[in-house]
Amino acid sequence: MTQLISLLRVFSYLSILTVGGGLAAFPEMKNLVVNVHQWLNFTQLVHLYSMGQVSPGPNMMMIVAIGEWVAGIPGVIVVLLAFFGPTALLAFFIGRLWTRLAKWPWRASIERGLTPVSIGLLLAGCLSFARGAVTDRGTAAIAVVVLLVLLSSKINPAWLVLAGAIAGGLAFGPKIV
Amino acid sequence: MLPKAMSDVAAKTGLSPVPSATGNDIPVRSIFLEFLFIGATSFGGGVVAYLRDGLVLKRRWVDDQEFVEYLAISQSLPGLNATNMAVLVGDRLRGLRGALAALFAICLPGAILMMIAGVAYHAHGSQPMVTAVLKGVAAAAIGLILATTIQLGRKSFAHAYDLVFVGLTVFGVDQLHQSVPRVLIVVGILAILWYRPRKPKQTAP
Repeated sequence: MTQLISLLRVFSYLSILTVGGGLAAFPEMKNLVVNVHQWLNFTQLVHLYSMGQVSPGPNMMMIVAIGEWVAGIPGVIVVLLAFFGPTALLAFFIGRLWTRLAKWPWRASIERGLTPVSIGLLLAGCLSFARGAVTDRGTAAIAVVVLLVLLSSKINPAWLVLAGAIAGGLAFGPKIV
Repeated sequence: MLPKAMSDVAAKTGLSPVPSATGNDIPVRSIFLEFLFIGATSFGGGVVAYLRDGLVLKRRWVDDQEFVEYLAISQSLPGLNATNMAVLVGDRLRGLRGALAALFAICLPGAILMMIAGVAYHAHGSQPMVTAVLKGVAAAAIGLILATTIQLGRKSFAHAYDLVFVGLTVFGVDQLHQSVPRVLIVVGILAILWYRPRKPKQTAP
């Protein structure tokens, strides 16, 4: 029960930090789930987060894996409600209000001002995530290749992540031959 | 309505106007099924493109102007773009019931998949081969999220000042280890005030 309450508190808090995208909440998520509650270690968080990036739908579904580890099916339900409930309510009510505020001059200022801040939050999330994901020359090479290919083509990223998986297995895995 | 802001967003996102065809009642069941389909097929991260394909091009439930308008709201609010878009479009189509159906449907497939992946990872995650593969996946994922962030930045930068606010935010979170809400409030308010509404005559700083 205490675990469920902790899950509820942590994920509803993380929910409201996702300005610009789920990645914006990554530094805080790392701090809370790894350092404070120790539900998993940093490598496990990086692995789950990476899997979540390729799974279909909203890209933060990896949170259900954390909920499941900590408290089984009730954990999954609590985590989903905590993470998606608050922002869904905000989107529902502010969305209706926002449409009516179309002529309010501050509306454009808010959208304009929050854009660079949300990109900054995403970049900070990238840096925090990279500390766990880029650990040696091999991983750095995979990351740079994927980045360059994505910036210069329209290939579906899922293929590159699959290629990364194969490269990882070949480069870092136990030698089979 | 704010046609200028919309056309700005349209220009940024590179979307061309496609008119919506339906104005009559859309059954909640259709909303559920369409968002379930998007939730199950949007592999690879770019869920917004899948949403546009399904909602604007295929179903014609919203037109491109509305779509970019909802996208602008989704990006300014906390919450993932995918779920905020689901709530906004669902509400526009069938009110509260539409919003709930869309939100639930877009989350369901990924949630089931990640639960299975989580259980499998918990059981086999420490095997050397699994760790090696996931090390590769994580490295590719950092390339992916960095590319997404750079592409978003390219679309939305208008002034050199933007770089200052980006820099302050990154510095606050990553170097000063300030909590995200604190940085968001401080830098966010600074940036909003910087871009405060000005009357045409007072444009000179």
